Amino acid sequence: MTRARLVAWHVFKESVRDRVLFAIAGFALVLVAASVLIGQITAGQDVKIIKDIGLATLELSGVLMAVFIGVGLVSREIERRSIYSVLAKPVHRWEFVVGKYAGLVGTIVLNLVLMTVALFLLLAWLEGKMPDPGLLKGVVLILAELALLTAVALFFSTFSSSGILSAGLTLGVFVVGLFSEDLRGFSGIVSSPVLASAVRAIGVVVPAFSAFDIKADVVNGRPPVPWAYVAMTVLYACFYVSALVGGAVAVFSRREFK
Amino acid sequence: MSVVLRLDHLTKDFETGVLGRRRQRALDDVSFELVRGEVFGLLGPNGAGKTTTLKLIAGLLRPTAGRVSVFGSAPGDRAARAALGFLPEQPVFYDHLTAEELLVYFAGLCGISGVDRAQRAASVLDEVGLGAARRQPMRQYSRGMLQRVGLAQALIHQPALVILDEPMSGLDPIGRREVRELVLRLRDDGRTVLFSSHILSDAETLCSRVAILARGRLVASGGIGDLTAGRAGRWEIVAASLSPAAAAGLQTQAARVTRIAHGRYSFELREGDGPEPFIAAVAASGGSLVSAVSTRATLEDVFVERVS
Repeated sequence: MTRARLVAWHVFKESVRDRVLFAIAGFALVLVAASVLIGQITAGQDVKIIKDIGLATLELSGVLMAVFIGVGLVSREIERRSIYSVLAKPVHRWEFVVGKYAGLVGTIVLNLVLMTVALFLLLAWLEGKMPDPGLLKGVVLILAELALLTAVALFFSTFSSSGILSAGLTLGVFVVGLFSEDLRGFSGIVSSPVLASAVRAIGVVVPAFSAFDIKADVVNGRPPVPWAYVAMTVLYACFYVSALVGGAVAVFSRREFK
Repeated sequence: MSVVLRLDHLTKDFETGVLGRRRQRALDDVSFELVRGEVFGLLGPNGAGKTTTLKLIAGLLRPTAGRVSVFGSAPGDRAARAALGFLPEQPVFYDHLTAEELLVYFAGLCGISGVDRAQRAASVLDEVGLGAARRQPMRQYSRGMLQRVGLAQALIHQPALVILDEPMSGLDPIGRREVRELVLRLRDDGRTVLFSSHILSDAETLCSRVAILARGRLVASGGIGDLTAGRAGRWEIVAASLSPAAAAGLQTQAARVTRIAHGRYSFELREGDGPEPFIAAVAASGGSLVSAVSTRATLEDVFVERVS
């Protein structure tokens, strides 16, 4: 695992020095600042709006990082041919893939922690008291969602040599996953059994990203979101992450480098 | 002598075309072996299969048929890669890192412990002449500097077998001389070096043995002395004070003629022809002899003959 840790640290360092990250962080700051302004012109709703926009910004900046840095995790190494030197070293391919994944998730965690701290400080200043810790349930599920989305991006990154195609596929899976419940329901109203089965299969195979979206519930405080739901959803993410990273390892282990 | 690397009937096809239904043979039944402490040159024109061979040895490609053995292990094994240092052709690294950071990272991947990584990185960067620039981001490096970083990363874990794909590429004459000296130092340390090149003078200076590839096939292999032995030398005669008509007359007795200056010509005689009749013909044409030099058969002669 030492080598996987080194690869992870390398990805973390590269991501932190990447201009894309600064752009995303800048964008997030602008959104948070905008939420304060919007809150001031909305009578009595300022704290709620800041919570809404704050959580949405956490999620959106994480999605941008997971997709646009994630799709390049492996394919960029292949494109710039640095992969030749790395894989000629005594490194197992699974160590490389797992390290790449862990490094980007680490970067996303850091980003999420810093932005959550900033959001809580802002809320504490506006409310004059500690913000509702229930918001953290939303943050935990955003993190689980981003870890899952990073695994999707990594999976596509291992066999597609085009960053644009990988990003398109990853975003496609994300969007379909946001509507997975609708897809399952849609299968009940189509007349063709083949189409119904196909739609149901997509709804089952594609991870249900909609399950992670509890932002409105934690902002309003009702209906209350039990910690058991959070834990089960995190477990659900872990299952998909294991399958996707395992798939990425399997694909990458068979890959040749011309 | 212990065998370090063995290629047995190595063949590699690449799938091309829609759905990979067409196959293109990049390497066809290539066999050779390297023994400990030798410098071995893999020669051939562009597209001959040199890089494919080296990538198969480094475990970046899998053979279609045949096998590669590095110290008795398959190239994909960790033990084989721990004993092998690889410089890819025209290496590219991470723009955001300095050469020192890159080498510390690679040293870690090679299993070198934390405290020794920085020390080893500094030492190998000094060895390739990059000590002064080691803390400069690599995005500011020239092509030649990146080539040196590539050499350094191949040597970071002191491998017993060093594989260099076109190591002189992108280097100026001083850089090329330094790399030649480095390869000889590695040999003197008892390490084995396999390098590919299409610069025959480098191979002739450095290698004890070579293999020549053409269109994916091994067309010659052996010691340079063995490959050039048994070939008659050629004579090169330089004559002055010759009229164009006299030079044209002498041309019929030579393999090649080159005009050097007004009235001065260089004649390369045919293989096996002695110089005396030609010198007499020069005198009879009113010219004067400047020099007569015997040139032995070179690797270039062997290369041109086998490849074409």
